[in-house]
Amino acid sequence: MLVEVLFYVFGTILVLAALGVITARNPVYSALFLVLCFVTSAAIWLLVEAEFLAVVLVLVYVGAVMVLFLFVVMMLDINLEELRRGFTRFAWLGWLTALAVIVEIVGVIWVRGIGVDVTRSPTPTAPDYSNTLELGRVLYTKYAYPFELAAVLLLVAIVAAISLTMRRRPGLKVQDTSAQVAVRARDRVRLVRMEAEKRE
Amino acid sequence: MITLSQMLTLSAILFALSVAGIFLNRKNVILLLMCVELLLLAANFNFIAFSRFLGDINGQVFVFFVLTVAAAESAIGLAILVVLFRERRSINVEDLNTLRG
Repeated sequence: MLVEVLFYVFGTILVLAALGVITARNPVYSALFLVLCFVTSAAIWLLVEAEFLAVVLVLVYVGAVMVLFLFVVMMLDINLEELRRGFTRFAWLGWLTALAVIVEIVGVIWVRGIGVDVTRSPTPTAPDYSNTLELGRVLYTKYAYPFELAAVLLLVAIVAAISLTMRRRPGLKVQDTSAQVAVRARDRVRLVRMEAEKRE
Repeated sequence: MITLSQMLTLSAILFALSVAGIFLNRKNVILLLMCVELLLLAANFNFIAFSRFLGDINGQVFVFFVLTVAAAESAIGLAILVVLFRERRSINVEDLNTLRG
């Protein structure tokens, strides 16, 4: 009962925060509402006993990705008036699409049935059950190769992000180490052979 | 206790709101990226719901990978956004018509 009440409380906050994300006037407010979304989602994931992912969501999303978003939003000097113009021109289409998506998904869940009993609750896990342990057990055995691929993907993302944003300003006097190492004697010294001249 | 249908309905509402957000904020690239993050969150809700209610841990492993890819995507997306703003002094989608024939 308490779990259900908490689910409805967090669900309401989540939906309101999502509304805030898409309708806020200032992108900074949108980013902060998105943080609220992630935190309440983590709470709901805790309620359905997916503890490890809830913690990861808070650490990775609230701690890293949203900070990145806030940095970028505050770094850019955006003309908000220009971006807000025509906000409501396609709004009816947006809400219509949203309504259609909700009706379709809820129809699939409630009317057609998806082969499982949707009104069932999950079996509660035993007190000594560790979500992290179970997840790690499959992650490092069955999914070891995809796990390595995910690591490589993150590395590629780091390299791509840095190389995209690194700026080389022209006219800046900086040391070029690779050119210094690759230099040869003939680039620096010119040996000139000339005839000896008789002194007067 | 929470039932499967409650989780799926919440995820559907979240998904629909983020789709509506893409329509509403179609000019602002930052908000488009945020709406994509919200979309992925709604998808993760479905994964976790089915993983828990069918008693299969593999769904949660998939959420782990989705989180990884989403983090990489937002990092590269924001880097492109910064480069774009440096070039154009604007992040309006309507100004990005260089490739238009």
